[in-house]
Amino acid sequence: MFLQLGWRNIWRNRRRTLVILTAVVIGVWSMILLGALMRGIADQFVSNGIATLTGHIQAHHTGYRDDPVIENSITDPSRLEAVLTTCLPPGALWAPRVRVNAVASNARHSTGVTMVGIDPPQEAAISFIKGAVIEGRYLKPDDPYGILVGKALVKKFETKLGRKLVLMSQDTEGEIASRAFRIIGIYRAEMEVTERQFVFVTLPAAQQMLNLPHGISEVAILLAEHGQAKQVADTLQAELPAAEYAVNTWQELLPMVSAIMKIYDWFIFIWFLVVFIAMGFGIVNTTLMAVFERIKEFGLLKALGMKPWWIVKGVLIESFCLLVLGMAIGNAAGFVSVLALSGTGIDLSALAAGMEYWGMSRVIYPHILGTDVMMANLVVFILGLVVSLYPAVKAGRFTPVEALAHT
Amino acid sequence: MAMVQCTKVSKTYRQDTVAIKALNGVSLSITKGEFVAIAGPSGSGKTTLLNIIGGLDSADSGRVVVDGNVLTTMRQSELAQLRLHKVGFVFQAYNLIPVLSAQENVEFVMLLQGVPSPERRERARTILDDVGLRGMYDRRPAELSGGQQQRVAVARSIVSDPSIVLADEPTANLDSKTGASLLEIMKEMNEKKQVTFIFSTHDKMVMDYARRLIYLRDGRIVEDKVRKG
Repeated sequence: MFLQLGWRNIWRNRRRTLVILTAVVIGVWSMILLGALMRGIADQFVSNGIATLTGHIQAHHTGYRDDPVIENSITDPSRLEAVLTTCLPPGALWAPRVRVNAVASNARHSTGVTMVGIDPPQEAAISFIKGAVIEGRYLKPDDPYGILVGKALVKKFETKLGRKLVLMSQDTEGEIASRAFRIIGIYRAEMEVTERQFVFVTLPAAQQMLNLPHGISEVAILLAEHGQAKQVADTLQAELPAAEYAVNTWQELLPMVSAIMKIYDWFIFIWFLVVFIAMGFGIVNTTLMAVFERIKEFGLLKALGMKPWWIVKGVLIESFCLLVLGMAIGNAAGFVSVLALSGTGIDLSALAAGMEYWGMSRVIYPHILGTDVMMANLVVFILGLVVSLYPAVKAGRFTPVEALAHT
Repeated sequence: MAMVQCTKVSKTYRQDTVAIKALNGVSLSITKGEFVAIAGPSGSGKTTLLNIIGGLDSADSGRVVVDGNVLTTMRQSELAQLRLHKVGFVFQAYNLIPVLSAQENVEFVMLLQGVPSPERRERARTILDDVGLRGMYDRRPAELSGGQQQRVAVARSIVSDPSIVLADEPTANLDSKTGASLLEIMKEMNEKKQVTFIFSTHDKMVMDYARRLIYLRDGRIVEDKVRKG
């Protein structure tokens, strides 16, 4: 009957209840929707980083990450390949790469790029590149002079499909090596900076050009699940001599992304608190008004033998009803909004130039995380009851004689 | 043994710098099953005396014993417990819980006492039938007349089998016919259940119904007479 009484009491002043209910609904809705958008942005940071070329794990020569020069290549990858074949979990994919800094030039322009030598079928399975080709075609394993370039680089170089592009870099002998390639495909990446930075050739073409027979710069590994990275990396490192091989997870390879992920956790929590503080004042105000309107009634309840704690409980049950109803509607509205946006996302391409600096995508797809929803609801529910304690205790403290005499 | 025993009870209220002596050394004894009216003009101390007997207010001095409980030494939580189990109240302004139906209002005290739901329901309906509200169980206070609301209040006060029922001017807001009918009901309850009833009133009709009339003036008992027959 206490619950029934609480529920009926909140509807005694329908307009006031609707106003505070709206505040709770908007608060919960915004917590869920904006939380999901922030998670979406964070996820895309990670996905972009992983899909662009990082993968979940990379293995390099020990010195490569500090000094990514041709001398720090893995000259004989057979041992690494054997370990990968035996130690990777089911569903894991990997691809070898040669990756060196180079100068790209044509008749009109030249610029610094990263030349990536790839095994086309293996690379297609682990990174964005095959699906990103928008003109021409993807590389074939027997393309000794074919090159894939980004749309932004094509524009910058005022070139097009079928034209030549010369790459120059230092080979294993310390000599300048160069090779003329023909543009066989143009790709579009999530970020323009990627399109300007990376050019793709076949692995044999890069090895020949750099005089690096069988050698590679790195192996990138894509796992079936994000969460496996640390464990798999540790297993691989244990199987490989630490003096020659360094195995790193994406968190180590993309430290800024990892840091941003942690910052996002705090942003979301702070956002929840800010929303709640605004909402909390409304809850206190409404509950106080509801209590002061019914002083005489609290006097009656005390006269009937209700202990102060029962009156506190009664007022808290009213807040409970209000909060649970607001949370239910707010959650439903939040989920519906996220569902509506999950197909199309929010197109922020007008801001894309600025956002790319931060590694954000042009389109943000919200992603609901169970823990965020739980935290939003817990913040509203627990803090909502905590702030209601003040008016509730006030109601419990009225003396029956004074309260009954109240007009 | 006395159901209510007041010995030299005094109470003074302070309003700013003015002290108002509401009760001035009141002593009285009321036995089980009495039907007592406390009469007197406004400000004579009737309501204060009822509040003190009901444990709603405390005396400044003197001793109050209700059904063997010395109220003047009890803590607030013990007084709440006493009110819940031993005292029923009927107020001038009915004071029903507006969001509860007639039956729920009557059940409420039993809920606080921890009476199981089916028993609550049965007892509430029986007592509502007794006070003439059969078929009005689900009506909320706003859907009842003043007389009907006061009958619900009487039903609520008596349903938990209290030792005493304290009624503060119960007929003041009712017309004479409705008031008389309510008094008949209370008298019937008094006779049927042997519950002690104490009224405060300045209504002549209520005084006529009472078997004992205690007259207060300026916080003192000036007359205490028992009607014969």
